[in-house]
Amino acid sequence: MSNAHMTEPRTTGRRLIDLVPHIVLIVGVLIFAFPIYVTLIGSTWDAATIGRGSLPMTPGAEAWTNYSQAWSESHGERASYTPVRLMLMNSLIMALSIAVGKIAISILSAYAVAFFRFPLRMVFFWMIFITLMLPVEVRIIPTYKVVADLGMIDSYAGLAIPLIASATATLLFRQFFLTIPDELVEAAKIDGAGPLRFFFDILLPLSKTNIAALFVILFIYGWNQYLWPLLVTNSADMETIVIGITKMIGTGEAANDWNLIMATTVMAMLPPVAVVVFMQRWFIKGLVDSEK
Amino acid sequence: MQRRVIFDNKLLPYLLLAPQVAVTLIFFIWPASQAVWQSVHIQDAFGLRSEFVWFENFTAILTDPNYVSTLRITAVFSLSVAVLSMAVALLLAALADAKIKGAAVYKTLLIWPYALAPAVAAVLWMFIFNPEIGSLGRLLNAMGYNWDYRLNGDQALTMVILAASWKQVSYNFIFFLAGLQAIPRSVLEAANIDGAGPVRRFWTITFPLLSPTTFFLLVVDMVYAFCETFGTIHALTHGGPGKATETLIFRVYQDGVVNNDLGASSAQSVLLMVILIVLTTIQFRFVERKVHYS
Repeated sequence: MSNAHMTEPRTTGRRLIDLVPHIVLIVGVLIFAFPIYVTLIGSTWDAATIGRGSLPMTPGAEAWTNYSQAWSESHGERASYTPVRLMLMNSLIMALSIAVGKIAISILSAYAVAFFRFPLRMVFFWMIFITLMLPVEVRIIPTYKVVADLGMIDSYAGLAIPLIASATATLLFRQFFLTIPDELVEAAKIDGAGPLRFFFDILLPLSKTNIAALFVILFIYGWNQYLWPLLVTNSADMETIVIGITKMIGTGEAANDWNLIMATTVMAMLPPVAVVVFMQRWFIKGLVDSEK
Repeated sequence: MQRRVIFDNKLLPYLLLAPQVAVTLIFFIWPASQAVWQSVHIQDAFGLRSEFVWFENFTAILTDPNYVSTLRITAVFSLSVAVLSMAVALLLAALADAKIKGAAVYKTLLIWPYALAPAVAAVLWMFIFNPEIGSLGRLLNAMGYNWDYRLNGDQALTMVILAASWKQVSYNFIFFLAGLQAIPRSVLEAANIDGAGPVRRFWTITFPLLSPTTFFLLVVDMVYAFCETFGTIHALTHGGPGKATETLIFRVYQDGVVNNDLGASSAQSVLLMVILIVLTTIQFRFVERKVHYS
Protein backbone atom coordinates (compact mmCIF):
# COMPACT_ATOMS: atom_id res chain seq x y z
CA MET A 1 0.00 0.00 0.00
CA SER A 2 2.62 2.48 1.04
CA ASN A 3 4.64 1.34 -1.91
CA ALA A 4 1.87 2.28 -4.35
CA HIS A 5 1.66 5.71 -2.76
CA MET A 6 5.34 6.28 -3.30
CA THR A 7 5.37 5.31 -6.96
CA GLU A 8 2.20 7.20 -7.86
CA PRO A 9 3.70 10.70 -8.20
CA ARG A 10 6.66 9.28 -10.07
CA THR A 11 4.53 7.66 -12.76
CA THR A 12 2.56 10.87 -13.33
CA GLY A 13 5.85 12.75 -13.67
CA ARG A 14 7.06 10.09 -16.04
CA ARG A 15 3.95 10.47 -18.16
CA LEU A 16 4.45 14.20 -18.48
CA ILE A 17 8.04 13.68 -19.60
CA ASP A 18 6.87 11.01 -22.07
CA LEU A 19 4.57 13.61 -23.58
CA VAL A 20 7.40 16.00 -24.47
CA PRO A 21 8.52 14.12 -27.62
CA HIS A 22 4.93 14.01 -28.85
CA ILE A 23 4.45 17.73 -28.28
CA VAL A 24 7.66 18.64 -30.12
CA LEU A 25 6.85 16.28 -33.00
CA ILE A 26 3.31 17.62 -33.30
CA VAL A 27 4.61 21.19 -33.38
CA GLY A 28 7.04 20.05 -36.13
CA VAL A 29 4.25 18.41 -38.12
CA LEU A 30 2.12 21.56 -37.79
CA ILE A 31 4.93 23.84 -38.98
CA PHE A 32 5.11 21.76 -42.14
CA ALA A 33 1.36 21.43 -42.59
CA PHE A 34 0.33 25.02 -41.85
CA PRO A 35 1.44 26.61 -45.17
CA ILE A 36 -0.32 23.83 -47.07
CA TYR A 37 -3.48 24.36 -45.04
CA VAL A 38 -3.45 28.10 -45.76
CA THR A 39 -2.98 27.41 -49.48
CA LEU A 40 -5.80 24.86 -49.54
CA ILE A 41 -8.13 27.30 -47.79
CA GLY A 42 -7.04 30.15 -50.07
CA SER A 43 -7.89 28.11 -53.13
CA THR A 44 -11.54 28.03 -51.99
CA TRP A 45 -12.03 31.82 -51.68
CA ASP A 46 -12.28 34.66 -54.19
CA ALA A 47 -9.37 36.88 -55.25
CA ALA A 48 -10.73 39.99 -53.50
CA THR A 49 -10.94 38.31 -50.07
CA ILE A 50 -7.35 37.08 -50.33
CA GLY A 51 -6.10 40.36 -51.80
CA ARG A 52 -7.55 42.31 -48.85
CA GLY A 53 -5.49 40.09 -46.57
CA SER A 54 -8.58 38.85 -44.74
CA LEU A 55 -8.37 35.18 -45.64
CA PRO A 56 -10.45 33.20 -43.08
CA MET A 57 -9.16 29.95 -41.61
CA THR A 58 -12.15 27.96 -42.86
CA PRO A 59 -13.02 26.87 -46.42
CA GLY A 60 -14.98 29.22 -48.70
CA ALA A 61 -17.45 28.46 -51.46
CA GLU A 62 -15.33 29.18 -54.53
CA ALA A 63 -13.40 25.91 -54.76
CA TRP A 64 -15.14 24.60 -57.87
CA THR A 65 -14.98 27.96 -59.69
CA ASN A 66 -11.28 28.43 -58.91
CA TYR A 67 -10.12 24.94 -59.77
CA SER A 68 -12.12 24.65 -62.97
CA GLN A 69 -11.04 28.12 -64.09
CA ALA A 70 -7.36 27.45 -63.36
CA TRP A 71 -7.59 24.02 -64.95
CA SER A 72 -8.94 24.98 -68.33
CA GLU A 73 -9.01 28.74 -68.89
CA SER A 74 -6.18 30.90 -70.07
CA HIS A 75 -7.09 34.05 -68.17
CA GLY A 76 -8.16 35.19 -64.73
CA GLU A 77 -9.73 38.50 -63.77
CA ARG A 78 -6.48 40.38 -63.92
CA ALA A 79 -4.10 38.66 -66.31
CA SER A 80 -3.78 35.75 -68.71
CA TYR A 81 -2.06 32.48 -67.93
CA THR A 82 -1.31 29.08 -69.36
CA PRO A 83 -4.12 26.67 -68.33
CA VAL A 84 -3.11 24.21 -65.61
CA ARG A 85 -4.01 21.12 -67.66
CA LEU A 86 -1.43 22.17 -70.24
CA MET A 87 1.24 22.94 -67.64
CA LEU A 88 0.57 19.71 -65.78
CA MET A 89 0.96 17.77 -69.00
CA ASN A 90 4.26 19.53 -69.73
CA SER A 91 5.55 18.81 -66.21
CA LEU A 92 4.40 15.21 -66.44
CA ILE A 93 6.09 14.64 -69.80
CA MET A 94 9.30 16.28 -68.56
CA ALA A 95 9.38 14.36 -65.25
CA LEU A 96 8.57 11.01 -66.87
CA SER A 97 11.08 11.48 -69.70
CA ILE A 98 13.81 12.42 -67.23
CA ALA A 99 13.05 9.52 -64.87
CA VAL A 100 12.65 6.86 -67.58
CA GLY A 101 15.52 8.23 -69.68
CA LYS A 102 17.94 8.36 -66.75
CA ILE A 103 17.07 4.85 -65.63
CA ALA A 104 17.35 3.44 -69.16
CA ILE A 105 20.72 4.91 -70.09
CA SER A 106 22.18 4.33 -66.62
CA ILE A 107 21.22 0.68 -66.36
CA LEU A 108 22.74 0.00 -69.80
CA SER A 109 26.02 1.75 -69.05
CA ALA A 110 26.25 0.17 -65.60
CA TYR A 111 25.77 -3.23 -67.25
CA ALA A 112 28.61 -2.50 -69.67
CA VAL A 113 30.98 -1.35 -66.92
CA ALA A 114 30.17 -4.22 -64.54
CA PHE A 115 29.86 -7.22 -66.86
CA PHE A 116 32.38 -6.58 -69.64
CA ARG A 117 36.09 -5.95 -69.87
CA PHE A 118 37.11 -3.73 -72.76
CA PRO A 119 39.66 -1.05 -73.64
CA LEU A 120 38.95 2.43 -72.17
CA ARG A 121 36.48 0.99 -69.64
CA MET A 122 37.82 3.13 -66.81
CA VAL A 123 38.00 6.23 -69.01
CA PHE A 124 34.27 5.95 -69.66
CA PHE A 125 33.60 5.21 -66.02
CA TRP A 126 35.40 8.35 -64.88
CA MET A 127 33.79 10.44 -67.58
CA ILE A 128 30.37 9.45 -66.24
CA PHE A 129 31.55 9.86 -62.67
CA ILE A 130 32.69 13.46 -63.15
CA THR A 131 29.19 14.53 -64.21
CA LEU A 132 28.21 13.94 -60.60
CA MET A 133 30.08 17.09 -59.67
CA LEU A 134 28.47 19.39 -62.22
CA PRO A 135 24.77 20.01 -61.55
CA VAL A 136 23.04 21.70 -64.47
CA GLU A 137 22.94 24.99 -62.56
CA VAL A 138 26.69 25.58 -62.62
CA ARG A 139 27.10 25.00 -66.37
CA ILE A 140 23.76 26.56 -67.21
CA ILE A 141 24.71 29.19 -69.80
CA PRO A 142 26.98 27.05 -72.03
CA THR A 143 24.51 24.14 -71.83
CA TYR A 144 21.77 26.50 -72.90
CA LYS A 145 23.91 27.59 -75.87
CA VAL A 146 24.39 23.97 -76.96
CA VAL A 147 20.66 23.28 -76.75
CA ALA A 148 19.90 26.49 -78.67
CA ASP A 149 22.42 25.56 -81.40
CA LEU A 150 20.77 22.15 -81.72
CA GLY A 151 17.38 23.85 -82.22
CA MET A 152 15.94 22.20 -79.10
CA ILE A 153 14.53 25.34 -77.44
CA ASP A 154 10.81 25.02 -76.65
CA SER A 155 10.76 21.27 -77.14
CA TYR A 156 10.27 18.32 -74.79
CA ALA A 157 13.62 16.96 -75.98
CA GLY A 158 15.30 20.19 -74.91
CA LEU A 159 13.59 20.04 -71.52
CA ALA A 160 14.53 16.44 -70.78
CA ILE A 161 17.56 15.10 -72.68
CA PRO A 162 20.22 17.45 -71.25
CA LEU A 163 19.18 16.36 -67.76
CA ILE A 164 19.16 12.59 -68.27
CA ALA A 165 22.88 11.87 -67.86
CA SER A 166 23.17 10.74 -64.28
CA ALA A 167 26.22 9.43 -62.51
CA THR A 168 24.16 8.68 -59.40
CA ALA A 169 21.90 6.15 -61.12
CA THR A 170 24.82 4.53 -62.95
CA LEU A 171 26.78 4.13 -59.72
CA LEU A 172 23.76 2.69 -57.94
CA PHE A 173 23.11 0.07 -60.61
CA ARG A 174 26.82 -0.78 -60.84
CA GLN A 175 26.96 -1.25 -57.08
CA PHE A 176 23.96 -3.57 -57.24
CA PHE A 177 25.33 -5.54 -60.21
CA LEU A 178 28.57 -6.21 -58.33
CA THR A 179 26.55 -8.06 -55.67
CA ILE A 180 25.04 -10.55 -58.15
CA PRO A 181 26.60 -13.96 -57.44
CA ASP A 182 29.05 -15.29 -60.03
CA GLU A 183 27.27 -18.67 -59.95
CA LEU A 184 24.15 -17.07 -61.41
CA VAL A 185 26.09 -15.67 -64.34
CA GLU A 186 27.93 -19.00 -64.82
CA ALA A 187 24.65 -20.92 -64.82
CA ALA A 188 23.13 -18.56 -67.37
CA LYS A 189 26.18 -18.92 -69.59
CA ILE A 190 26.08 -22.74 -69.36
CA ASP A 191 22.41 -22.62 -70.32
CA GLY A 192 23.52 -20.76 -73.40
CA ALA A 193 22.20 -17.30 -72.54
CA GLY A 194 24.00 -14.50 -74.32
CA PRO A 195 24.65 -11.12 -72.69
CA LEU A 196 21.42 -9.57 -73.97
CA ARG A 197 19.31 -12.55 -72.95
CA PHE A 198 20.94 -12.45 -69.48
CA PHE A 199 20.22 -8.74 -69.21
CA PHE A 200 16.54 -8.93 -70.12
CA ASP A 201 15.62 -12.29 -68.52
CA ILE A 202 17.65 -12.18 -65.32
CA LEU A 203 19.21 -8.82 -64.52
CA LEU A 204 16.23 -6.59 -65.30
CA PRO A 205 13.75 -8.58 -63.13
CA LEU A 206 16.31 -8.62 -60.30
CA SER A 207 16.66 -4.83 -60.52
CA LYS A 208 12.94 -4.15 -60.09
CA THR A 209 13.17 -2.73 -56.56
CA ASN A 210 16.12 -0.54 -57.47
CA ILE A 211 14.31 0.74 -60.53
CA ALA A 212 11.19 1.57 -58.50
CA ALA A 213 13.24 3.35 -55.86
CA LEU A 214 15.15 5.38 -58.42
CA PHE A 215 11.99 6.20 -60.32
CA VAL A 216 10.47 7.94 -57.30
CA ILE A 217 13.57 10.05 -56.68
CA LEU A 218 14.07 10.94 -60.35
CA PHE A 219 10.41 11.72 -60.99
CA ILE A 220 10.50 14.29 -58.20
CA TYR A 221 13.84 15.61 -59.41
CA GLY A 222 12.36 16.09 -62.89
CA TRP A 223 9.07 17.57 -61.70
CA ASN A 224 10.82 20.14 -59.50
CA GLN A 225 13.31 21.47 -62.07
CA TYR A 226 13.31 25.24 -62.19
CA LEU A 227 16.26 27.08 -63.73
CA TRP A 228 16.51 24.76 -66.74
CA PRO A 229 12.86 24.97 -67.88
CA LEU A 230 12.93 28.71 -67.15
CA LEU A 231 15.65 29.07 -69.79
CA VAL A 232 14.71 26.55 -72.48
CA THR A 233 11.01 27.35 -72.73
CA ASN A 234 9.86 30.65 -74.16
CA SER A 235 6.40 29.82 -75.44
CA ALA A 236 3.56 29.77 -72.90
CA ASP A 237 2.41 26.41 -74.28
CA MET A 238 5.62 24.77 -73.08
CA GLU A 239 5.57 26.15 -69.53
CA THR A 240 5.93 23.67 -66.69
CA ILE A 241 3.67 24.15 -63.71
CA VAL A 242 6.38 25.21 -61.24
CA ILE A 243 7.51 27.97 -63.61
CA GLY A 244 3.87 28.82 -64.34
CA ILE A 245 3.14 29.61 -60.67
CA THR A 246 5.99 32.09 -60.27
CA LYS A 247 5.07 33.73 -63.59
CA MET A 248 1.50 34.15 -62.29
CA ILE A 249 2.80 35.78 -59.11
CA GLY A 250 5.10 38.23 -60.85
CA THR A 251 6.26 40.77 -58.29
CA GLY A 252 3.77 39.61 -55.64
CA GLU A 253 1.41 42.59 -55.66
CA ALA A 254 -1.85 42.40 -53.74
CA ALA A 255 -3.83 42.75 -56.99
CA ASN A 256 -3.17 39.23 -58.27
CA ASP A 257 -5.54 36.40 -59.07
CA TRP A 258 -4.46 34.82 -55.78
CA ASN A 259 -7.36 32.37 -55.81
CA LEU A 260 -6.17 30.91 -59.12
CA ILE A 261 -2.53 31.00 -58.03
CA MET A 262 -3.35 29.01 -54.89
CA ALA A 263 -5.46 26.49 -56.79
CA THR A 264 -2.61 26.10 -59.28
CA THR A 265 -0.12 25.62 -56.42
CA VAL A 266 -2.25 22.85 -54.92
CA MET A 267 -2.41 21.07 -58.28
CA ALA A 268 1.36 21.50 -58.74
CA MET A 269 2.07 19.86 -55.38
CA LEU A 270 -0.33 16.96 -55.68
CA PRO A 271 1.52 14.63 -58.11
CA PRO A 272 4.97 14.63 -56.43
CA VAL A 273 3.51 14.53 -52.90
CA ALA A 274 1.28 11.61 -53.90
CA VAL A 275 4.29 9.77 -55.33
CA VAL A 276 6.27 10.26 -52.08
CA VAL A 277 3.41 9.31 -49.78
CA PHE A 278 2.17 6.28 -51.71
CA MET A 279 5.60 4.96 -52.67
CA GLN A 280 7.20 5.82 -49.33
CA ARG A 281 9.10 2.56 -48.95
CA TRP A 282 10.78 2.83 -52.35
CA PHE A 283 11.27 6.53 -51.91
CA ILE A 284 13.31 6.15 -48.71
CA LYS A 285 15.27 3.24 -50.18
CA GLY A 286 16.02 5.24 -53.33
CA LEU A 287 17.11 8.27 -51.39
CA VAL A 288 19.36 6.46 -48.94
CA ASP A 289 20.82 4.03 -51.52
CA SER A 290 21.57 6.58 -54.21
CA GLU A 291 23.62 8.67 -51.78
CA LYS A 292 25.80 5.80 -50.62
CA MET B 1 36.28 -3.08 -58.77
CA GLN B 2 34.94 -5.69 -61.23
CA ARG B 3 33.18 -9.03 -61.35
CA ARG B 4 35.15 -12.24 -61.88
CA VAL B 5 32.69 -13.79 -64.31
CA ILE B 6 32.06 -11.59 -67.32
CA PHE B 7 30.79 -11.76 -70.87
CA ASP B 8 33.10 -11.73 -73.90
CA ASN B 9 31.92 -9.34 -76.50
CA LYS B 10 33.94 -6.78 -78.40
CA LEU B 11 31.27 -4.37 -79.65
CA LEU B 12 28.34 -4.72 -77.25
CA PRO B 13 29.79 -2.83 -74.25
CA TYR B 14 30.43 0.22 -76.43
CA LEU B 15 26.87 0.11 -77.75
CA LEU B 16 25.53 -0.15 -74.21
CA LEU B 17 27.58 2.85 -73.14
CA ALA B 18 26.84 4.91 -76.25
CA PRO B 19 23.63 6.70 -75.12
CA GLN B 20 25.02 7.83 -71.78
CA VAL B 21 28.39 8.79 -73.24
CA ALA B 22 26.73 10.76 -76.02
CA VAL B 23 24.54 12.74 -73.59
CA THR B 24 27.50 13.31 -71.28
CA LEU B 25 29.76 14.54 -74.08
CA ILE B 26 27.18 16.83 -75.67
CA PHE B 27 25.53 18.26 -72.56
CA PHE B 28 28.25 18.02 -69.88
CA ILE B 29 31.80 17.87 -71.18
CA TRP B 30 31.33 20.16 -74.18
CA PRO B 31 29.46 22.96 -72.31
CA ALA B 32 31.80 22.70 -69.32
CA SER B 33 34.84 23.11 -71.59
CA GLN B 34 33.07 25.97 -73.35
CA ALA B 35 32.67 27.65 -69.98
CA VAL B 36 36.38 27.19 -69.28
CA TRP B 37 37.30 28.52 -72.75
CA GLN B 38 35.02 31.54 -72.46
CA SER B 39 36.26 32.31 -68.97
CA VAL B 40 39.73 33.13 -70.37
CA HIS B 41 38.44 35.08 -73.38
CA ILE B 42 36.68 38.39 -73.95
CA GLN B 43 34.21 38.69 -76.81
CA ASP B 44 33.65 41.91 -78.74
CA ALA B 45 30.23 43.54 -78.66
CA PHE B 46 28.94 41.61 -81.69
CA GLY B 47 30.24 38.24 -80.57
CA LEU B 48 32.36 38.00 -83.73
CA ARG B 49 35.87 37.92 -82.30
CA SER B 50 37.26 36.83 -78.99
CA GLU B 51 40.58 37.64 -77.45
CA PHE B 52 42.58 35.48 -75.05
CA VAL B 53 42.93 37.44 -71.82
CA TRP B 54 44.45 34.98 -69.33
CA PHE B 55 42.72 35.45 -65.97
CA GLU B 56 41.36 38.92 -66.62
CA ASN B 57 37.73 37.81 -66.24
CA PHE B 58 38.56 36.17 -62.92
CA THR B 59 40.44 39.15 -61.50
CA ALA B 60 37.64 41.38 -62.74
CA ILE B 61 34.94 39.50 -60.84
CA LEU B 62 37.03 38.79 -57.76
CA THR B 63 37.89 42.47 -57.33
CA ASP B 64 34.33 43.55 -57.99
CA PRO B 65 32.92 44.60 -54.59
CA ASN B 66 29.50 43.47 -55.76
CA TYR B 67 30.80 39.96 -56.41
CA VAL B 68 32.57 39.85 -53.05
CA SER B 69 29.31 40.80 -51.38
CA THR B 70 27.54 38.07 -53.40
CA LEU B 71 30.14 35.59 -52.09
CA ARG B 72 29.47 36.76 -48.54
CA ILE B 73 25.69 36.49 -48.99
CA THR B 74 26.07 33.00 -50.45
CA ALA B 75 28.23 31.90 -47.52
CA VAL B 76 25.78 33.28 -44.94
CA PHE B 77 22.84 31.83 -46.84
CA SER B 78 24.24 28.31 -47.36
CA LEU B 79 25.65 27.93 -43.86
CA SER B 80 22.41 29.17 -42.28
CA VAL B 81 20.31 26.82 -44.43
CA ALA B 82 22.57 23.86 -43.65
CA VAL B 83 22.78 24.48 -39.89
CA LEU B 84 19.12 25.41 -39.41
CA SER B 85 17.66 22.55 -41.44
CA MET B 86 20.04 20.02 -39.84
CA ALA B 87 19.35 21.18 -36.29
CA VAL B 88 15.57 20.94 -36.70
CA ALA B 89 15.84 17.61 -38.54
CA LEU B 90 18.12 16.11 -35.89
CA LEU B 91 15.78 17.14 -33.08
CA LEU B 92 12.75 15.62 -34.85
CA ALA B 93 14.63 12.47 -35.90
CA ALA B 94 15.98 11.85 -32.38
CA LEU B 95 12.44 12.08 -31.01
CA ALA B 96 10.81 10.02 -33.77
CA ASP B 97 13.48 7.32 -33.39
CA ALA B 98 12.62 6.75 -29.72
CA LYS B 99 10.18 3.94 -29.20
CA ILE B 100 7.10 6.12 -28.92
CA LYS B 101 3.57 5.48 -30.11
CA GLY B 102 2.79 6.64 -33.62
CA ALA B 103 6.43 7.01 -34.71
CA ALA B 104 5.53 5.77 -38.20
CA VAL B 105 2.75 8.34 -38.54
CA TYR B 106 5.06 11.18 -37.52
CA LYS B 107 7.58 9.90 -40.05
CA THR B 108 5.08 10.06 -42.92
CA LEU B 109 3.89 13.50 -41.84
CA LEU B 110 7.45 14.83 -41.77
CA ILE B 111 8.93 13.45 -44.99
CA TRP B 112 6.45 14.67 -47.62
CA PRO B 113 7.89 18.22 -47.96
CA TYR B 114 10.75 16.52 -49.82
CA ALA B 115 8.33 16.32 -52.77
CA LEU B 116 7.93 20.11 -53.00
CA ALA B 117 9.91 22.13 -55.51
CA PRO B 118 12.08 24.81 -53.84
CA ALA B 119 10.13 27.43 -55.79
CA VAL B 120 6.79 26.03 -54.57
CA ALA B 121 8.04 26.05 -50.97
CA ALA B 122 8.92 29.71 -51.48
CA VAL B 123 5.44 30.44 -52.82
CA LEU B 124 3.83 28.77 -49.78
CA TRP B 125 5.89 31.01 -47.52
CA MET B 126 4.88 34.02 -49.55
CA PHE B 127 1.18 33.22 -48.96
CA ILE B 128 1.86 33.50 -45.22
CA PHE B 129 4.50 36.19 -44.91
CA ASN B 130 3.53 38.56 -47.69
CA PRO B 131 2.93 41.89 -45.87
CA GLU B 132 -0.29 42.51 -47.82
CA ILE B 133 -2.02 39.15 -48.19
CA GLY B 134 -0.19 36.90 -45.71
CA SER B 135 -1.73 36.33 -42.30
CA LEU B 136 1.56 36.32 -40.39
CA GLY B 137 3.01 39.12 -42.50
CA ARG B 138 0.04 41.31 -41.62
CA LEU B 139 0.16 40.20 -37.99
CA LEU B 140 3.80 41.30 -37.72
CA ASN B 141 2.89 44.72 -39.07
CA ALA B 142 -0.18 44.97 -36.85
CA MET B 143 2.06 44.29 -33.84
CA GLY B 144 4.10 47.33 -34.84
CA TYR B 145 7.01 45.47 -36.41
CA ASN B 146 7.82 46.96 -39.78
CA TRP B 147 7.79 43.79 -41.88
CA ASP B 148 8.24 43.91 -45.66
CA TYR B 149 10.79 41.52 -47.13
CA ARG B 150 10.30 43.20 -50.52
CA LEU B 151 11.89 46.40 -49.21
CA ASN B 152 14.13 45.32 -46.33
CA GLY B 153 17.25 43.38 -47.37
CA ASP B 154 17.84 41.63 -44.03
CA GLN B 155 14.23 40.52 -43.87
CA ALA B 156 14.47 39.26 -47.45
CA LEU B 157 17.56 37.18 -46.62
CA THR B 158 15.85 35.81 -43.49
CA MET B 159 12.80 34.92 -45.56
CA VAL B 160 14.74 32.98 -48.25
CA ILE B 161 16.82 31.21 -45.57
CA LEU B 162 13.66 30.10 -43.74
CA ALA B 163 11.87 28.99 -46.92
CA ALA B 164 14.93 27.09 -48.19
CA SER B 165 15.58 25.42 -44.81
CA TRP B 166 11.92 24.51 -44.32
CA LYS B 167 12.03 22.50 -47.53
CA GLN B 168 15.35 20.77 -46.69
CA VAL B 169 14.40 19.53 -43.20
CA SER B 170 12.61 16.43 -44.55
CA TYR B 171 15.68 15.30 -46.50
CA ASN B 172 17.95 15.67 -43.46
CA PHE B 173 15.32 14.02 -41.27
CA ILE B 174 15.31 10.88 -43.44
CA PHE B 175 19.10 10.57 -43.29
CA PHE B 176 19.37 11.30 -39.57
CA LEU B 177 16.68 8.72 -38.91
CA ALA B 178 18.57 6.14 -41.01
CA GLY B 179 21.78 7.06 -39.16
CA LEU B 180 20.12 6.72 -35.76
CA GLN B 181 18.66 3.35 -36.64
CA ALA B 182 22.12 2.11 -37.60
CA ILE B 183 23.48 2.74 -34.08
CA PRO B 184 23.63 -0.56 -32.18
CA ARG B 185 20.99 -0.65 -29.45
CA SER B 186 23.45 -2.41 -27.12
CA VAL B 187 25.64 0.71 -26.96
CA LEU B 188 22.71 2.87 -25.87
CA GLU B 189 21.48 0.27 -23.42
CA ALA B 190 24.91 0.05 -21.82
CA ALA B 191 24.86 3.82 -21.31
CA ASN B 192 21.36 3.52 -19.91
CA ILE B 193 22.53 1.03 -17.31
CA ASP B 194 25.39 3.37 -16.43
CA GLY B 195 22.68 5.82 -15.42
CA ALA B 196 23.20 8.49 -18.08
CA GLY B 197 20.07 10.57 -18.74
CA PRO B 198 18.59 10.79 -22.24
CA VAL B 199 20.07 14.22 -23.01
CA ARG B 200 23.53 13.33 -21.75
CA ARG B 201 23.33 9.99 -23.61
CA PHE B 202 22.48 11.84 -26.81
CA TRP B 203 25.42 14.26 -26.68
CA THR B 204 28.09 11.85 -25.45
CA ILE B 205 27.16 8.77 -27.49
CA THR B 206 24.53 9.26 -30.19
CA PHE B 207 25.78 12.55 -31.61
CA PRO B 208 29.43 11.47 -32.05
CA LEU B 209 28.28 8.21 -33.65
CA LEU B 210 26.16 10.23 -36.07
CA SER B 211 29.09 12.35 -37.26
CA PRO B 212 29.44 10.60 -40.67
CA THR B 213 25.77 11.39 -41.39
CA THR B 214 26.13 14.94 -40.09
CA PHE B 215 29.16 15.59 -42.26
CA PHE B 216 27.56 14.06 -45.33
CA LEU B 217 24.44 16.19 -44.84
CA LEU B 218 26.49 19.33 -44.33
CA VAL B 219 28.00 18.89 -47.81
CA VAL B 220 24.71 17.92 -49.46
CA ASP B 221 22.91 20.87 -47.87
CA MET B 222 25.63 23.27 -48.99
CA VAL B 223 25.31 21.99 -52.57
CA TYR B 224 21.52 22.29 -52.28
CA ALA B 225 21.86 25.87 -51.04
CA PHE B 226 24.33 26.70 -53.83
CA CYS B 227 22.32 25.27 -56.72
CA GLU B 228 18.73 24.24 -56.14
CA THR B 229 17.66 27.28 -54.17
CA PHE B 230 17.74 29.34 -57.33
CA GLY B 231 14.00 28.63 -57.53
CA THR B 232 13.42 29.81 -53.94
CA ILE B 233 15.16 33.10 -54.57
CA HIS B 234 13.73 33.65 -58.04
CA ALA B 235 10.19 33.08 -56.79
CA LEU B 236 10.46 35.15 -53.60
CA THR B 237 12.83 38.08 -54.10
CA HIS B 238 14.46 37.95 -57.55
CA GLY B 239 17.75 38.53 -55.75
CA GLY B 240 16.53 41.79 -54.25
CA PRO B 241 15.84 44.19 -52.76
CA GLY B 242 18.93 45.67 -54.34
CA LYS B 243 21.26 42.67 -54.32
CA ALA B 244 20.44 41.56 -50.77
CA THR B 245 19.55 37.97 -51.69
CA GLU B 246 21.72 37.51 -54.77
CA THR B 247 23.63 34.22 -54.44
CA LEU B 248 26.38 33.02 -56.78
CA ILE B 249 24.02 30.97 -58.93
CA PHE B 250 21.57 33.85 -59.20
CA ARG B 251 24.37 36.15 -60.31
CA VAL B 252 25.46 33.65 -63.01
CA TYR B 253 21.91 33.74 -64.32
CA GLN B 254 21.73 37.51 -64.01
CA ASP B 255 25.03 38.14 -65.86
CA GLY B 256 24.65 35.39 -68.43
CA VAL B 257 20.96 35.58 -69.32
CA VAL B 258 19.73 38.99 -68.30
CA ASN B 259 22.87 41.05 -68.98
CA ASN B 260 24.30 38.70 -71.64
CA ASP B 261 27.90 39.12 -70.38
CA LEU B 262 29.33 35.72 -71.34
CA GLY B 263 32.92 36.21 -70.16
CA ALA B 264 31.94 37.24 -66.64
CA SER B 265 29.22 34.63 -66.41
CA SER B 266 31.55 31.85 -67.60
CA ALA B 267 34.29 32.84 -65.17
CA GLN B 268 31.69 32.62 -62.39
CA SER B 269 30.51 29.24 -63.66
CA VAL B 270 34.08 27.99 -63.56
CA LEU B 271 34.51 29.25 -60.00
CA LEU B 272 31.27 27.52 -59.00
CA MET B 273 32.38 24.27 -60.63
CA VAL B 274 35.64 24.44 -58.70
CA ILE B 275 33.76 24.98 -55.43
CA LEU B 276 31.41 22.07 -56.17
CA ILE B 277 34.19 19.73 -57.28
CA VAL B 278 36.05 20.49 -54.03
CA LEU B 279 32.90 19.88 -51.99
CA THR B 280 32.04 16.57 -53.68
CA THR B 281 35.64 15.35 -53.57
CA ILE B 282 35.78 15.97 -49.82
CA GLN B 283 32.52 14.09 -49.50
CA PHE B 284 33.69 11.11 -51.56
CA ARG B 285 37.05 10.77 -49.87
CA PHE B 286 35.22 10.84 -46.61
CA VAL B 287 32.63 8.27 -47.62
CA GLU B 288 35.40 6.00 -48.90
CA ARG B 289 37.19 6.19 -45.55
CA LYS B 290 33.99 5.31 -43.78
CA VAL B 291 33.57 2.26 -46.01
CA HIS B 292 37.16 1.13 -45.36
CA TYR B 293 37.05 1.23 -41.61
CA SER B 294 33.59 -0.07 -40.95
